Amino acid sequence: MFYREAGQFKTSYKADQAVFPIFQDRVFVAIWLLIGFVVVPMLANEYVFRAIFIPVIIMALAAIGLNLLVGYCGQVSLGSGAFMAVGAYAAYNFMIRIPELNPLICFLLGGLSATVVGVIFGIPSLRIKGFYLAVATLALQFFTDWTFSRIDWFTNYTPSGSIAVQPVAVWGFIFDSPIRKYFLCLTVLLIFTIIAKNLVRGRIGRAWMATRDMDVAAEIIGIRPIYAKLSAFAVSSFFIGVAGALWAFVHLGSWEPLAFDINLSFSILFMVIIGGLGSIVGGMLGATFITLLPLFLNQLPIWLGINMSTAMVSHLEYMIFGALIIFFLAVEPLGLARIWQITKEKLRLWPFPH
Amino acid sequence: MGFFVEVLLSGLMAGVLYSLVALGFVLIFKASGVFNFAQGAMVLFAALTFVRLLDILKDSFAPITLSLIITIAMMVMLAMAIERLVLRPLVNQPGISLFMATLGIAYFLDGFGQTLWGSDIYTLDIGIPKGSIFILESVFDGGILVAKEDLVATVIAGLLVVTLAIFFQKTRIGRALRAVADDHQAAQSIGIPLNYIWVIVWTVAGLVALVAGVIWGSKLGVQFSLSLIALKALPVLILGGFESVLGAIVGGLIIGAGEKLSEIYIGPYVGGGIEYWFAYMLALGFLMFRPQGLFGEVHIDRV
Amino acid sequence: MNETDRKLGPTILKAENISLAFGGVKALTDISFEVKEHEILAIIGPNGAGKSSMLNVINGVYHPNAGSVTYKGNVRQRMKPHEAATQGIARTFQNIALFKGMSVLDNIMTGRTLKMNAGFLAQCLYVGRARNEEIEHRKKVEEIIDFLQIQSIRKTPVGRLPYGLQKRVELGRALAAEPTLLLLDEPMAGMNIEEKEDMSRFILDVNDEFGTTIVLIEHDMGVVMDLSDRIVVLDYGKKIGDGTPSDIRNNKAVIDAYLGVSD
Repeated sequence: MFYREAGQFKTSYKADQAVFPIFQDRVFVAIWLLIGFVVVPMLANEYVFRAIFIPVIIMALAAIGLNLLVGYCGQVSLGSGAFMAVGAYAAYNFMIRIPELNPLICFLLGGLSATVVGVIFGIPSLRIKGFYLAVATLALQFFTDWTFSRIDWFTNYTPSGSIAVQPVAVWGFIFDSPIRKYFLCLTVLLIFTIIAKNLVRGRIGRAWMATRDMDVAAEIIGIRPIYAKLSAFAVSSFFIGVAGALWAFVHLGSWEPLAFDINLSFSILFMVIIGGLGSIVGGMLGATFITLLPLFLNQLPIWLGINMSTAMVSHLEYMIFGALIIFFLAVEPLGLARIWQITKEKLRLWPFPH
Repeated sequence: MGFFVEVLLSGLMAGVLYSLVALGFVLIFKASGVFNFAQGAMVLFAALTFVRLLDILKDSFAPITLSLIITIAMMVMLAMAIERLVLRPLVNQPGISLFMATLGIAYFLDGFGQTLWGSDIYTLDIGIPKGSIFILESVFDGGILVAKEDLVATVIAGLLVVTLAIFFQKTRIGRALRAVADDHQAAQSIGIPLNYIWVIVWTVAGLVALVAGVIWGSKLGVQFSLSLIALKALPVLILGGFESVLGAIVGGLIIGAGEKLSEIYIGPYVGGGIEYWFAYMLALGFLMFRPQGLFGEVHIDRV
Repeated sequence: MNETDRKLGPTILKAENISLAFGGVKALTDISFEVKEHEILAIIGPNGAGKSSMLNVINGVYHPNAGSVTYKGNVRQRMKPHEAATQGIARTFQNIALFKGMSVLDNIMTGRTLKMNAGFLAQCLYVGRARNEEIEHRKKVEEIIDFLQIQSIRKTPVGRLPYGLQKRVELGRALAAEPTLLLLDEPMAGMNIEEKEDMSRFILDVNDEFGTTIVLIEHDMGVVMDLSDRIVVLDYGKKIGDGTPSDIRNNKAVIDAYLGVSD
């Protein structure tokens, strides 16, 4: 009844090409922003920030980045963990080697380093497709795992191989409390989401999607595959690299190479698929779901009053996680974003059946 | 020279096992177009089931045979369950969805196997001789040192690989499998039941996993890391091609040998541990020149 | 029949002695023909005669084993498809090659890719040129949408459209590039009479209004005879006829090979 576009006529192409052409959507987004920036900070406690909001936000950033590559450009990558690692370690090295650099700049430089690596490892995508490419991206995953654990220069010769960092300080303002970290991450996510949305609705986004849907036809129209694919790799790995830097510096605080192993890559891919391929909001929904699920499964036996060994809990978690993935793919292969969209379409008609 | 051959040989023997795991991938990819990431989890699951049954049945009259039969039965049931619960609901979904589903299977199996059978390291002894022997003493000074169990493993794996190749090329089911691989719809239209074929390939892949799991398990102990063997076999696939049985065999040998040789001869200069990624880089470099793999066919894009 | 006095320009495309083989299979053997500016040329022939392969050679998807293509006076060797696009060659496909996940509007917008040049940063922020050119090109695309009478489906994902409409959208995408040479591969395959009539009208209008040169492949002889200025006939990869519709109608070799013996 209330979510309806009737009576809203667009009189210019500018209005029709706005991100949220329907008035109710704009109100809705405003409400979300209000919740994110005002309501949550007033209500949430430290644990909730640390365990839920901050990781969800950073993972959402990574998932949006991967979705640009997989969902929009159709290039499967299993190397997200590697791009996050490159972002994190590069940011760390910029920070310790050029101490006067602003940490936020270091994060961006971390992202740029990931971009460079992403473009180099995107080159095979010009020759190979599908699962061959997916396996090829694993090469990057294993190579970075090895690089950051065996080449001591990257870890600044710390004896343990793990890295611990101070809270991020920008112009004397220290992001040490969870709520400050939360604001930092949320702002970054907001900016990057806008950029992602702008890219996918413009020429470059159409080039990506055209390459995804039918690469031969795209080339005949004049979309150079090398440009479309490498730009997707570049932008995607930039996003993921920045997410990696945030993950390391803001969420973890101290980490070792294992923090960015192949399981992380799979998690991010799960977020993208379960959230919805080719959907920005899908990346956020997927990140929320995949981050919260283990927390939930961990708590479940406690809530139910069942006594279980931690090993057993972790095995059951694996089982349920695996089963849920399959269930999801079978029931809604287009992901949470599709469910969201269907809900909106239903709302548009409600309370009338058609 | 003798040392080089020794390294090469040990690499090739490891390679045969990679071939075996890669073969499991290839079988499933050929017959159902699914990139089965759960192959490694199947190796772990099969080995765990077998080793634990062996323990339970150790006082019976024929523990090994009985355990083997029950494990095989479980792998068949697993194949049927996968066909019914995963493949059938997901038929006609894009390849990426099916791939994700096999990741789901992998997670599930890892969890299920360890919930059912426990997650310690179990030693597996089915009578494969231990210790090392020197061979070819007449050719090389001092001979070449090889582990007996590696030799046995190589023979078993080699036999299995040959059997599968014959099965694929010569038998009726093998021909049906290849027909399905070429064109699902065409195969269905001439009366090849797709679901039945899927159960068969997944069963065969399960048995291949069992053999790989038993060989590897008796070498390293049955433990979670078996599940990661699959990752070792992936470069074999890009090298040999996803659809080539011969590619899986040759690719496995190349990867196995390349990995060991590089670790010995290049490793020390860059800090060691490069067998972790060397195979991947080798395969990747190769792909740049031959995107369809060693024995893959060139596809012409038709528009 | 066509008005024969229509103004044809100089030769715009010249194929000389084109041969193409896949492995041992010969798709095209020693084919030569010319297309004049503003002309509608039809390529006909039985299935497997090499018609689509010929179009693929013209816009660089396939590289001929022998022979040359001269376009606007330039002889070219190995050209990539996107280079053909830059030079103003657009095409549609026998089996529709639309971008299934994208809306009608976005599909046609991709046709204008080559005319857009906003920088990357401007696109990130959707400001300045990026925003202006989106709107400016949207206007052009809307003109095409009006022309093809597909206003009501502009936001629909093309995967959900019926076949005839998809063909129309594909024509729209090709038109969006404002091509000088338009290659149409069976634009009317699988259409009913009304849809064929609509499509014929669009093709003639494009040719008339924008002066676009058109090379088309079509099986419906009625349509071919009505639309085209000239017809090239292929059979088993060889050219067996080339001339006006009336020439072709009376060509013995063509009748034997393709049209069947007339009573």
